[in-house]
Amino acid sequence: MSEHVLSSKMYYGIWIALMILTVVTARVAFIDLGPFNTVVALVIATGKALLVVLFFMHVKYASEKLVKMVIVASIFWLLLLLLLSLADYGTRYARHG
Amino acid sequence: MADSTATPVHGPELLHHFSTAQQQRDAASLGMWLFLGTEIMFFGGMFLAYLIYRLLYFNEFAAGSRSLDIWLGTINTIVLICSSLTVALGVRAAQMGKRKLLVILLLLTLIFGLAFLGIKGVEWYAKYKEHHIPGMSFDAGDLIRDYPQIHIDPAHEQIYFSLYFAMTGLHALHMIIGVGMFTYLLYHSMKGRYGPEYYTPIEMGGLYWHFVDVVWIYLFPLLYLIDRKPLG
Amino acid sequence: MATAVITPERENYLNQEYGIKSWLLTVDHKRIALLYLVSITFFFFIGGFFALLIRLELLTPAGDLVQADTYNKLFTMHGQVMIFFFLIPSIPAVLGNFLVPLMIGAKDLAFPRLNLLSWYLYIIAGALMLHCICTGGVDTGWTFYTPFSTAFSNTKVVEAGVAIFIAGFSSILTGLNFVVTIHRMRAPGMTWDRLPLFIWAHYATSVIQLLGTPVLAITLLLVVFERVFHLGIFDPTRGGDPLLFQHLFWFYSHPAVYIMILPAMAVESEVIACFTRKRIFGYKFVAMSSIAIAVFGFLVWAHHMFVAGISLYSALIFSALSYLVAVPSAIKVFNWTATMYKGSITFTTPMLYAFGFIGLFTMGGLTGLFLAALGIDVHVTDTYFVIAHFHYIMVGGAVMGYLGGLHFWWPKISGRMYPEWLGKFAALIVFLGFNLTFFPQFILGYMGMPRRYWQYPPEFQVLNVLSTAGSTILAVGYVLPMVYFLWSMRYGKPATENPWNAAGLEWKTSSPPPTFNFDQPPVVDFEAYDYEHIPEVEEVPVG
Repeated sequence: MSEHVLSSKMYYGIWIALMILTVVTARVAFIDLGPFNTVVALVIATGKALLVVLFFMHVKYASEKLVKMVIVASIFWLLLLLLLSLADYGTRYARHG
Repeated sequence: MADSTATPVHGPELLHHFSTAQQQRDAASLGMWLFLGTEIMFFGGMFLAYLIYRLLYFNEFAAGSRSLDIWLGTINTIVLICSSLTVALGVRAAQMGKRKLLVILLLLTLIFGLAFLGIKGVEWYAKYKEHHIPGMSFDAGDLIRDYPQIHIDPAHEQIYFSLYFAMTGLHALHMIIGVGMFTYLLYHSMKGRYGPEYYTPIEMGGLYWHFVDVVWIYLFPLLYLIDRKPLG
Repeated sequence: MATAVITPERENYLNQEYGIKSWLLTVDHKRIALLYLVSITFFFFIGGFFALLIRLELLTPAGDLVQADTYNKLFTMHGQVMIFFFLIPSIPAVLGNFLVPLMIGAKDLAFPRLNLLSWYLYIIAGALMLHCICTGGVDTGWTFYTPFSTAFSNTKVVEAGVAIFIAGFSSILTGLNFVVTIHRMRAPGMTWDRLPLFIWAHYATSVIQLLGTPVLAITLLLVVFERVFHLGIFDPTRGGDPLLFQHLFWFYSHPAVYIMILPAMAVESEVIACFTRKRIFGYKFVAMSSIAIAVFGFLVWAHHMFVAGISLYSALIFSALSYLVAVPSAIKVFNWTATMYKGSITFTTPMLYAFGFIGLFTMGGLTGLFLAALGIDVHVTDTYFVIAHFHYIMVGGAVMGYLGGLHFWWPKISGRMYPEWLGKFAALIVFLGFNLTFFPQFILGYMGMPRRYWQYPPEFQVLNVLSTAGSTILAVGYVLPMVYFLWSMRYGKPATENPWNAAGLEWKTSSPPPTFNFDQPPVVDFEAYDYEHIPEVEEVPVG
């Protein structure tokens, strides 16, 4: 699959990006952004996860779509679990409030 | 399909039921990715519990999150990212046949992994001292004193810490398994078993290690950074 | 090895090696399938024993055989053993294990050692479950509902939870092995649109196993943690939400129904095509309906919770989504029926089971629609109507499929024919016994008899007596095949390579197959169910 060897420079680049994002997310948490603190934290986490998955795990260079399908399907199923449960929790307490 | 024109020459590492080394590697890779897919759902159950209770008991989650040591959490994130780098470089070293470099990188990965577990242990011990371990002698009194601005229900605080320990605990268990795996890989690399023609175990171990790193990348903001902004 | 000259029997996976070690350390998928066959049969009879005790207790309105405490344990362990130790592994781990590599022309599954590991995990889980049963058992119901399971029950919840947790891993590994095998190990020419429908359905089953089972695992783990450390995640007195447990539990356990029924559908597609001598009508639709069932199956779980306190809004959503599953299921039933239309049908034992399956599954499925309807569900929740419904699916559907499949491939597995007339006789007994056992329960449930009670008002007795009588007939129907299968292994007529004159790669190798399945690596240049091109030979042999 990942026959071709990637340059080590690229790995170091990804590593530096991950370090910077880690420091950024820890610092931003102390600034009051209202509800956007959570959004920013999750966006940064997803960015870091994407860097790891695409480059360290070589998914960007995978020759076939199958691996990408497995990842997308797993995340889709996780969202099914979360969102369909929220359909209950999001509306269950409405009548009390 | 992996049936190529190459005649099925069985090298020492090729199992009998595969026709080519390529087919064997593709099978291992798909198997590992499917396994990681199941891992997403495994952690997913806890993420659902986390999501629901965070929505219901935000104050208690925020207070619990503030009581965690953000320095140790950040340092641990950095330690794991460094270990991911050494793993990625390790796979590259194996691909290029640099056997000595591979051994060094695997050793570094192990050191980072153990450092992570050590720091995690220090954090857990602090929680033990503060009576923040759910179950016996759990006490949220200090949080109620420290954050008079927000209303904290001790029972709901305990749910935060239950999830904190369940999530970090299972993550640490995965780290321990990873350390075991990499000890095995290190042993066989020292014997020179892996090279450009056969490095599937290194690659698969690497995928697992990166995945555990990704889980932590999410756990860090979800547990440590819930609400750090100055209290009004 | 060198006995080929002495015995007329050619070398195959059964006689290549002898001795306990050659079985316990085997990595051959066919031998592992037989290991599974023996172990799940063992658990089937344990679960069946509990079922008979339940039916005996319900023979009379009063609690005379057992009291409430024991009765609670009986139905709990009947459910847990039957679901997690028989139905979930039944067709995939026995027939799937045996046939998936054969049908796609592979030498073995992609990960043979993982396959063996999955059997050992099953055995460890089974031993733990047995220990749990022998030292007191569990009384939570197979569903482990909280907070009863975490705070109140004083039975062995932790042990049963851990046992099922481990069994779950066994199931995940089997699914993982199948998906990788189907993707990576197909013979040259075996394209996706030439795959037997057996393979398609097992693929869909494996996807559910991979994506659903981990959620059950983490849920049981949280229950165990909660019980041991008194956490409060699911305990309402500590701020937890018991419904969260139910959401997590049913996220796996509803799709788990499809882990049981999809492989039975897999068997029926093969059997019906063979004994009507036709290509399955609408091959692509049947293949895709398996995938659709796997996906839709994950969208409907909260219909088990309509009366548990979920919001009305989400109940409406889940009720509507539940109807979706009926579409692919109906596609299958209609297409099988269309396949039989103007086919030349042979009434062999597997075909009798297939007829039984279609009828009973249809009844089970249609009553499932009753239960998906929010209004009716509120009326019949927790009554025997639900019990009858899911036994029509799981026993009338899954077990019928399993038995039919076992008969169909028995010549391939053992190299011997079973006695056909006895087979037909047993199939008939199973069908009659089944309906006598479970049809009265529909009526009982609709009249309002609640499930999980050891006593009932006297006016329900007539129907309960019928049900108990049926269960003993059903038991005879299940013991019979075990007896004549064992008999046939020694005395049965030797089977030819292709005794049913069926299409499919598994019939193109000897019976029983050699260890590596094919003497020559097969190349596929024909479509699935290529019955137009298979010449009609002499009639189907009757053993």
